[in-house]
Amino acid sequence: MTRTARLWSLVGLAGFILLPWYMVPGGFLSFGWMADPAGEGASGLTSVLEGRFWLSGPGLALLAALAAGSLLKDAQARAKAWVICGIAGLALLAAQGLLILGTGPRLAMLGDAAQPGMGLGAFVTALALLFVTTTGISARGQGRGDAFVTGLVGLIVALVGVFVFYPMAFILIRAFELKGGAGFGVSEFLPRFLSSETWSLACLAGGWCGPAINSLALALATGLGTTLLGLSFALIFTRTDFAAKKLLRVLTILPIITPPFVIGLALILLFGRAGTITEFLHWAFGMEKTRWLYGFWGVWLAQMLSFTPIAFLVLIGVVEGISPSMEEASQTLDADRWQTFRRVSLPLMRPGLANAFLLGFIESLADFGNPLVLGGNFNVLSTEIYFAIVGTVADPAKAAILSMILLAMTLGAFLVQRRWLGRKSYATVTGKADNGQHASLNPGLKWACYATALPWAAFTLVLYALIVFGSFVKLWGYNHSFTLAHYKQAFAISFRNGVHFTGAAWDSYFSTLGIAAISAPLTAMVGLATAYLLVRQKFAGKDAFEFSTMLSFAIPGTVIGVAYVMAFNFPPIELTGTAIILILVFVFRNMPVGVRGGIAAMSQLDKSLDEASIMLGANSFTTLRRVILPLLGPAILAAITYSFVRAITSVSAVIFLVSARHNMATSFIVGRVENNEFGIAIAYSTVLIVTMLAAILALQAVIGRRRLRRSDRVAA
Amino acid sequence: MTKKLYISALALSAAMSASAAMAEELNVVCSNEQTWCDLMAQNFEAATGIDVAMVRKSTGEVLAQLRAEKGNPKVDVWWGGTGDPHIIAANEGLTQATGVDVSGLLGWAQNMTNMTGGKAVGVHVGLLGFIYNTEVLAEKNLPVPACWRDLAKPDYKGEIQVANPNSSGTAYTELATLVQLFGEDEAFKLLAEIGANVNQYTKSGSAPGKATARGETTIGIGFMHDMVKLKKEGFPVEIVAPCEGTGYELGAVSVVEGTPHLEQAKKWVEYVISAEGQSPGLEVGVYNIPSNPGAATDPEAPDMASVKLIDYDFATYGASDTRERLLARWEKDVKGAGGAIEE
Repeated sequence: MTRTARLWSLVGLAGFILLPWYMVPGGFLSFGWMADPAGEGASGLTSVLEGRFWLSGPGLALLAALAAGSLLKDAQARAKAWVICGIAGLALLAAQGLLILGTGPRLAMLGDAAQPGMGLGAFVTALALLFVTTTGISARGQGRGDAFVTGLVGLIVALVGVFVFYPMAFILIRAFELKGGAGFGVSEFLPRFLSSETWSLACLAGGWCGPAINSLALALATGLGTTLLGLSFALIFTRTDFAAKKLLRVLTILPIITPPFVIGLALILLFGRAGTITEFLHWAFGMEKTRWLYGFWGVWLAQMLSFTPIAFLVLIGVVEGISPSMEEASQTLDADRWQTFRRVSLPLMRPGLANAFLLGFIESLADFGNPLVLGGNFNVLSTEIYFAIVGTVADPAKAAILSMILLAMTLGAFLVQRRWLGRKSYATVTGKADNGQHASLNPGLKWACYATALPWAAFTLVLYALIVFGSFVKLWGYNHSFTLAHYKQAFAISFRNGVHFTGAAWDSYFSTLGIAAISAPLTAMVGLATAYLLVRQKFAGKDAFEFSTMLSFAIPGTVIGVAYVMAFNFPPIELTGTAIILILVFVFRNMPVGVRGGIAAMSQLDKSLDEASIMLGANSFTTLRRVILPLLGPAILAAITYSFVRAITSVSAVIFLVSARHNMATSFIVGRVENNEFGIAIAYSTVLIVTMLAAILALQAVIGRRRLRRSDRVAA
Repeated sequence: MTKKLYISALALSAAMSASAAMAEELNVVCSNEQTWCDLMAQNFEAATGIDVAMVRKSTGEVLAQLRAEKGNPKVDVWWGGTGDPHIIAANEGLTQATGVDVSGLLGWAQNMTNMTGGKAVGVHVGLLGFIYNTEVLAEKNLPVPACWRDLAKPDYKGEIQVANPNSSGTAYTELATLVQLFGEDEAFKLLAEIGANVNQYTKSGSAPGKATARGETTIGIGFMHDMVKLKKEGFPVEIVAPCEGTGYELGAVSVVEGTPHLEQAKKWVEYVISAEGQSPGLEVGVYNIPSNPGAATDPEAPDMASVKLIDYDFATYGASDTRERLLARWEKDVKGAGGAIEE
């Protein structure tokens, strides 16, 4: 314990003395700052000597923590000193950052002091202060005296605080803005929050419902639908001897790796008033050509296509993990296969079902691309929020209030899910001899799964064949002569004087892949670490902690984007225009998927595994690394895959964050779709789909399957 | 995993530092069509040697971003898109006057400059009109529409698509045009009658034209230069300039207040209003009317002489209070009145 605290104090001091405190133009690794130790490369210490006295606080706090570690003899007193030093240092660091801005201080008594955004030195110092604090807390006996656990909790709380709560505060405070710039107050908040326009139920009487009701209905339908379909697919995979599992696997992945607007576009070409299938039905059966697609059903269909794979990814790990012994026990006790499924397997799948539903529900609430293309006059909260920010009359207060409604719905769904799961145990992977075979499904259930999942798979296949077809024809829907022009325009390479990537799409393609590749493993790490804490550790405020990690997912991307610009465009943390802000927004927006998947998978691992490892002398870090992580293969895979893919396909959050230097593929595609250049948009999407598919297959090969038991065969 | 991470971080920061090392640079946010944005950036780089970084965003997104970044902007120039948001940005002090010489431009472009105190310079005009799908019209046996008032005929029930003025600048231009053509009360009466035929109020201003081209609706209202492009792409459509006269949008270019690259930004403004800068638009299907009289135009594109135009009052109808009043009335009198809109 003393060693840990001393180590972090030293690391922090080194950061304070050696590294440049402020943001360095050109990036840290350009090393230009080394040539200028007094100017832009000035460390915390140098800056203090140059007259920025307010930076001395954090340095002194670290020094005090170091001194306390060596001088104080009593362990409790030492721990207390660390906590006090750490918190004081962090508070001073935050206070100076928030008070002294780029253009000058907020308080007149500080004169005309100004400073740029914090850089690496500040980051290392803050991190060290944080860990000194958490080490102190654990030395006082919290978190079962485990410095690793308290450190992890502290780190995640700090990250969520800085990158979720801090930016959200900027936007949510505007919900209390009074009309006409009259300052802030609560007098207008409640009437607007509960306004009849938003909550109207008029559609029951033949009119239009408010966006809040529409969103809620859509989210419930999508959540239920995706969970059921995901379950069908998962059962087919694990409990039947279906022949073409490989193909099915690819098909279930395709929709999540599809850039936005593409599914909507394909649906219009099939089911729109002038769509192929509509025309055929009109010709064959004289059915009237209608515009049914533009509304609830169209959006729902598109969301089902987009989000079923997420449910599947969560469920497959859970269904796979259920111990065959339990099923065998059930059958030994003379239950038939249906009873076994109904009474044993299904209840054990509850964490998977609940988490899959929650993800589908929230995804649907926050989805923006599908309602935009197919919504017609069916308004949902996410599009209303977008247009409250970018519409002809900008109304940030309305956007903030609608975001709060969205958050309230997420909170509601989260609480219901908690109630449903209750306090039961779902552990089935116990480490005990467990060498049975999964019961296969009874015929009725098997055919029910086939009947739901296979037509769906066929539908997906048709849709994607159509998309690939669309990228090779001149004008999709009208002129179907073959052309490679779209690919040439986007991905041309010329070989004069070496290789030149002359196509219009290369820049955004490379930066998208780079950013996705960096953010995906980070997302998985943060997400799974959080899941580990939630499932395996006990600490005060766990429920609030759990909900706070879900927040960023529930907030629509547009709001997150604007909040990030407002929060991180100015010192103390100035990140706009860099690639870092894009990485951060992806990590914290996609983290909840890692958390949910991790929770679902970890609730199946029996605690006795951890306990055995701890008893054999391993600490909690080693246990996590050597016992739990290897059993979490599918969850890790799901988290990495999902965040990699989301970084490539998400659109609403990045619209405000992409800069001229760091453009993203989706914003490029959206521009082309708006410009009616479907050919190049679809060609680019096809290339992205192929890229992502290759990446996913490679990931699967690397991470591989976990071996839960000697064989995962299905009993015939 | 850590090693891989480290390598990619290294590559990324190397890329970042490489781009920062460039001497003369300019960050442009472009609200025109992507191909036009790319071509202009390319030509400008070739002509001046200044390294351009460009990103395309819609006008509403740019305005929201400029407001959020006020005081520490990350873009230098905003080029293209309808003029109203440029005027709003000028009034809110988000953009700055550059003193670029506009005396060689057409009259309306100079008006734009005067109206904003030199902060926004006119680059193009786009005329409002409608488009119909010849195949669907023939199939349904409907008459060809020629005037705004024709759109109110009950024949067209459920066949017309137009954007929602609350989200689309195009639709707001239509609203303001009808108010200026017929007077406010008469205009709202007409809009409500047309509204009875509307099947969907779209979010984006260019969506009705595209839906018409694909036969998803029969008639769409929008900007004529977008429609010329659809027609040239091979869709079975015809374009109509309304007989009563029509309004127009004024595209603009503005320099962001507080930019560190003022000199380069000025060069950009000078370049995009020059004949040399504007003429290449035809190569990528830009059929609006350029503000430089020397720039080339397409014979099929609408021009201001052959279309009956109103004297659009940008100062009045671009102002926030007029906007809010008209939009509130639209919500109540037009959208609230319902119509053929499907659930």
